[in-house]
Amino acid sequence: MGKGIFVVSVPSQGTIRKVAFEILSEARKIADAKAEPLCAVIIGKGVAGLADKFAPYGADKVYVVENDLLEDYTADGYTKALADLITKEEPSTVLAGATGTGKDLMPKVAARIGASMAADCTAIGVDGDAFTVTRYMYSGKMIADVSFQNAAVAIATVRPNVLIAAAPDASKTAEIVNVAAEVSADDIRVKVLEVVKGDAGKVDLTEAEIIVSGGRGMKDADGYSILEDLGKVLGATVGASRAAVDAGWRPVSDQVGQTGKVVSPNLYIACGISGAIQHYAGMGTSKVIVAINKDEEAPILSKCDYAVVDDLFKIVPPLTEAIKKLMAD
Amino acid sequence: MNSIVCLKQVPDTEAQIIATSDGSDVKLDAVKFIISPYDEYGIEEALLQKEKAGGGEVTLVSMGPARVVESIRTGLAMGADKAVHLDDEAFNGSDAQAAAKVLAAQLKGMEYDIIYCGRQAIDDDQSQVGPALAELLGLTHTSVVTKVEVADDKKSVKVNRQIVGGEEIMELPLPCVLTCQKGLNEPRYASLPGIMKAKKKPLQAVKAADIGVDAGTVGAAGSGTRVVKFTAPPTRTSAKIIEGESPEEKAANLAKALREEAKVI
Repeated sequence: MGKGIFVVSVPSQGTIRKVAFEILSEARKIADAKAEPLCAVIIGKGVAGLADKFAPYGADKVYVVENDLLEDYTADGYTKALADLITKEEPSTVLAGATGTGKDLMPKVAARIGASMAADCTAIGVDGDAFTVTRYMYSGKMIADVSFQNAAVAIATVRPNVLIAAAPDASKTAEIVNVAAEVSADDIRVKVLEVVKGDAGKVDLTEAEIIVSGGRGMKDADGYSILEDLGKVLGATVGASRAAVDAGWRPVSDQVGQTGKVVSPNLYIACGISGAIQHYAGMGTSKVIVAINKDEEAPILSKCDYAVVDDLFKIVPPLTEAIKKLMAD
Repeated sequence: MNSIVCLKQVPDTEAQIIATSDGSDVKLDAVKFIISPYDEYGIEEALLQKEKAGGGEVTLVSMGPARVVESIRTGLAMGADKAVHLDDEAFNGSDAQAAAKVLAAQLKGMEYDIIYCGRQAIDDDQSQVGPALAELLGLTHTSVVTKVEVADDKKSVKVNRQIVGGEEIMELPLPCVLTCQKGLNEPRYASLPGIMKAKKKPLQAVKAADIGVDAGTVGAAGSGTRVVKFTAPPTRTSAKIIEGESPEEKAANLAKALREEAKVI
């Protein structure tokens, strides 16, 4: 073993998730420290056109793993394709984004090949020759440094938006290796019947650079219109607290917190959110936190970077206008 | 419909988690424990599907120390029929893949149509056990499921699952593993008669040897990953209060601070 650091990417609707570039940039350092090649792995049908996207972020080699049966993502098909490649090429380390797909796929791959795995890591590195990761446990309440011991293959998924993608260097090139995945119809036991698209332009909360989030203080579903307006100006995704989701004001997919999504944007604006420990667990790693709350006693006001103690309905509309003006300057 | 629900006991969502002074472990002795919330959706769905089918059994399977029995009894009080408690020192310190091995060894000899797991346990937050368990049992799976419809012939199941920017509808053959997401259902509370009945429901304690698990292949010894240090995350202690004579002025000052000081917009 030890023949490379793999960074796996499953394109979604013809585009590579940016977490792949974030991981490649950081994994470049690990590859150098371990003197192993850094290899991007892209899986799907008709994805060869994306192969040149990885070299600018440090990939030495790009495996393009294709088969017509890999048109839709299925854990069955993609596990076969990826596990076969790992078995053949014997990388020491396999990394992927902790996206919905990464979380669904990688534990199954690990079980198939008997690899060790840590999920949703926020740092990756080496200690001597050993691969190490850092990850949150207890939903953000504790940070754990994890070592891989006796791991023939170490697998880790990495939380989006945490590692920093290097500036792409267009002059770099990588060796492209085309792999015809040996996937047969019998391997794929599931059928994807339908994909129902939500709000088309919406960036997923886990990948959003800015999140504007509303809680119980929004009063009702209509209250969110001012957050949508602010979100539009900032290019932000709108999130919600559990209280707002349980009240039926926002869909479950918008929930940030211990029993919702764990997010790590550059800027998190919490409006009318008290900041219970469960909510904080889901957004505490945001780089800058703003809290707007009229309740001086709200816990979030002491656990944020900027606090505005006032009625959010009086603050948010002029904030939207003020930011619009700044952006225009 | 026979279902298995994998249940994990975890610290309450309200619990403060503190590391030991040397950072080698976390202190859990004063913590209140609950069933991991996503596993509760699994219990509820198994009960709903059994009711719909008009028969079958719901079996809970949980790995962990003696305290886990309390959570198993809660699940039985909700309406599950019986339970297996995987209780052996050899299991202690299992990482996610090792835990999946123990569960797979137990489930191998059992009969089931659907195995439900939570989408993740809210202590380790790995989201690994469901997919890994499916693989070890030679089954297919899907994750973050928000709707389950079993076909009339009970040979397949149609599920809705969350994906980025929408939803996916899939069909899986039975048996299979499903990991449950919030929105799937509203877990019922245990009723008083349910709690009384739960005390008499079968609860089988299982050791490693009973399921043919070699102690060296699970637990800390059989785990490829190990937490070497726990630390508390950094806390924000000094929020800057944005001042202003009017809401408009506060809003303008905040915008300015985000632009010029924090440089995030």
